[in-house]
Amino acid sequence: MTTDNSGDVRLSGIGKTYGAFTAVHPLDLTVPQGSFFALLGASGCGKTTTLRMIAGLEEPTSGTVHLGDQDVTHLPPYKRPVNTVFQSYALFPHLDIFENVAFGLRRRGIKSVKKQVEDMLDLVQLGEQARKKPHQLSGGQQQRVAVARALINHPKVLLLDEPLGALDLKLRRQMQLELKRIQTEVGITFIHVTHDQEEAMTMADTVAVMNGGRVEQLGAPTDLYENPRTTFVANFLGTSNLIEAEVDTRSDEDIVLKAAGDKLVLPAARCSAPAPAGGKVLVGIRPEKIALAHADDAGSIPEGRNRLTGKIADASFIGVSTQYVIDSPACAELSVYVQNVERDARLVPGADVVLHWSPAHTFGLDAAQAIDAGTGEEVAA
Amino acid sequence: MPVVNWLKRHLVVIAGLFTLAYLLLPNVIVTVFSFNKPKGRFNYQWQQFSLDAWKQPCGVADMCNSLSISLQIAVWATLGATVLGTMISFALVRYRFRARGAINSLIFLPMAMPEVVMAASLLTLFLNMGAQLGFWTILIAHIMFCLSFVVTAVKARVMSMDPRLEEAARDLYAGPVQTFLRVTLPIAAPGIAAGALLSFALSFDDFIITNFNAGSTVTFPMFVWGSAQRGTPVQINVIGTAMFLLAVLLVLVSMLINNRRNSQKA
Amino acid sequence: MSTLTEAPPPLAPAEPTAKPPRKRGRFTPYWLLLPGILWLVVFFALPLVYQASTSVQTGSLEEGYKVTWHFATYWNAFSEYWPQFLRSIFYAAGATVLCLLLGYPLAYLIAFRAGRWRNLIMILVIAPFFTSFLIRTLAWKTILADNGPVVHALNSLHILDLTNFLGWTAGDRVLATPLAVVCGLTYNFLPFMILPLYTSLERIDGRLHEAAGDLYAKPSTTFRKVTFPLSMPGVVSGTLLTFIPAAGDYVNSELLGSTDTRMIGNVIQTQFLRILDYPTAAALSFILMAAILVMVTIYIRRSGTEDLV
Repeated sequence: MTTDNSGDVRLSGIGKTYGAFTAVHPLDLTVPQGSFFALLGASGCGKTTTLRMIAGLEEPTSGTVHLGDQDVTHLPPYKRPVNTVFQSYALFPHLDIFENVAFGLRRRGIKSVKKQVEDMLDLVQLGEQARKKPHQLSGGQQQRVAVARALINHPKVLLLDEPLGALDLKLRRQMQLELKRIQTEVGITFIHVTHDQEEAMTMADTVAVMNGGRVEQLGAPTDLYENPRTTFVANFLGTSNLIEAEVDTRSDEDIVLKAAGDKLVLPAARCSAPAPAGGKVLVGIRPEKIALAHADDAGSIPEGRNRLTGKIADASFIGVSTQYVIDSPACAELSVYVQNVERDARLVPGADVVLHWSPAHTFGLDAAQAIDAGTGEEVAA
Repeated sequence: MPVVNWLKRHLVVIAGLFTLAYLLLPNVIVTVFSFNKPKGRFNYQWQQFSLDAWKQPCGVADMCNSLSISLQIAVWATLGATVLGTMISFALVRYRFRARGAINSLIFLPMAMPEVVMAASLLTLFLNMGAQLGFWTILIAHIMFCLSFVVTAVKARVMSMDPRLEEAARDLYAGPVQTFLRVTLPIAAPGIAAGALLSFALSFDDFIITNFNAGSTVTFPMFVWGSAQRGTPVQINVIGTAMFLLAVLLVLVSMLINNRRNSQKA
Repeated sequence: MSTLTEAPPPLAPAEPTAKPPRKRGRFTPYWLLLPGILWLVVFFALPLVYQASTSVQTGSLEEGYKVTWHFATYWNAFSEYWPQFLRSIFYAAGATVLCLLLGYPLAYLIAFRAGRWRNLIMILVIAPFFTSFLIRTLAWKTILADNGPVVHALNSLHILDLTNFLGWTAGDRVLATPLAVVCGLTYNFLPFMILPLYTSLERIDGRLHEAAGDLYAKPSTTFRKVTFPLSMPGVVSGTLLTFIPAAGDYVNSELLGSTDTRMIGNVIQTQFLRILDYPTAAALSFILMAAILVMVTIYIRRSGTEDLV
């Protein structure tokens, strides 16, 4: 590994306001050289504005942008060693594919572009299409042209603004892997803006989840998923069951909670809230971590596991798994995903069940937050 | 050099505003000179302020008469061209038939032909047929050249309309006539209105074709033309100013109504 | 619509794309087209045929005219009036270039820089249409008056010396010179340049400008390589909408010019309405029509608009 840091992106106190509206609250962020970084959030969360400030398409209201050691805050986009793959690509409709890809090189006064452009088109497997116009290509091909047009300039950083948003699901999967491959191959820093949590987790090494102009949490995809620190992250990344509970006792290792008469254990290290004895905490558990047993078999559940009782309200079979909705005294609608390995015929709507899971999979959140933040069903503020 | 930089950044704005001034300067002059009290027959030099012309807008012989002829012709020409043009547009967008290309060229050509050529050839026709030149020949000519503009405006609107809307109407038990009246026509209405407005303006303001085919009938533009030779009464400027203000007022009112409607919806 | 709408749909051959859907009612389109098209055939196409025939007739007003295939009229008309033809082309071309130079910044301003002023500026561009263009053209007599501020300014800046040298003006005057006529033509047809320019500029996706900036194009390069090429359809239709009517115009030459600035429109008008030499007048309008048609065709070919999206 080299210690070259010229591809580091450092944002210090960068913020953007439009009149009275704050699009991005001042934030600090460092994206190390060579990483694949994703800014994830719902539309209007400030992720695109942040990206555009890095690209130079938007002037920040406060703070600075550094590329390596160079302060680029006030450089216009055409003087920054940064290139962008635009949302819906922004390919020049009057130029053919070759000229689109050659555009940046020509602007920098490079005369012999043929070899480079052809190599780049080969990299994205479009060598045959060089003389076609953008509208003659399919969505996936246009996307690859957009990537080629940016990459050919060997930018320090490549910015991708919802690059796969216009593609259908299957093609999107394919392009996710393709982009990841290209990133590994060229080794430059990618900053990727998306609202698709699966896309962010598949491709990025580091994900920053943004909400309301702030970074809610930053980390590796597995870290964010397994140990969310806010209800927004818990709900926005996948699905979480959040149960309101009261702290009963706590030790250095564990917190013991009570939820509607049932006792739950939570490792103290996995609780992001202060949780004093007698206080309230939101207990979180992912649907796929929960096991389901019929009430008649309750005795066979091993000791030391968290349990809740309930009744099956709904069951939908979706192939690899069955998704149950459980009505429990502790929580009205608990989701449980059970792998279809051995199907228990008694688990039908109306059946009494016991839910159980390992305390190590439990996480605790501050109960002062909106419990439905990031579900897409919360009441707009 | 901050001044130079500022100029560079705003060059387009400065040049654009210069053009806007160039476009509006004559209207300013027309308005200012409507308050003039000229010496002699021509109103080209500022003498002194006077409200005379505004007090007696019809104080010049034949001027208001010509104005009323122009308005009548414009109304009928708009009506005729809008009806005929709308029918053609619907046929062109909604149906396939033979000779589309020929019909499209027939509609395009009048817009791409110098007016004087159309004017001269139409006069040849009327002379050959022995037609009496006057109100009717002017009206015929105006409907002819307005037609193409209506077709262009309405066609653009109907083309951008989703044909599935009509299918949806038919699916919801609307017969062909009802579909047309309740769905197609209301959606096409802005295009039709634009075409009609354009027709009115074109017809009212037309000089060249009218001059060839008017015989002894005098429209308002012809009156102005004649007065440029004989002497320009201030009342011409009064009419010009009033028309300009009326147009701006109408647009502003319609924009205001639109804005209010939009804000109510929001 | 018509009672024939219940007829079964005729079998349509598979068409490539974007053809209007064929509806029931085989004759409906023809009924819709008939009145309007008939109007255009009788009052637009037929007159051109009549005029063609008039142009090869001989005779006099008193004795009547006969078709004698006298093509010499064309040659006579052209050899007598070629200076006016040439002048029309030059004036119209000059006015078109001026319209483009003046109109482009304003169209650009409205499309990209006007913000909340966009509607207001748009209204100000269109509103003058509602004042008779003859009245507005007469206003130029005041603006360009011999002792007016414009002529004074041009004189003291020695611009008039330059235009005198070029033959655009004469002495200390602007009125009654080619410059005044071209100024008037430019003024009258400027909106016909601005509106199509605006339409095509407004259609350009703003992200294309950002993309060009992102790919190291300076603003001026972005304009040359992206904005201007993409506005070509507007440039082409704007120049046509300006050039064609300007070449046939006689109002500006009559009101702002002199006998030395007579254009072909003036000649046609005089021949037709005063001298009553119909064959010559008809021949002249046909030459004008043919000349414009040829120039326009070459222009459209060369600008290659069909290549643009």
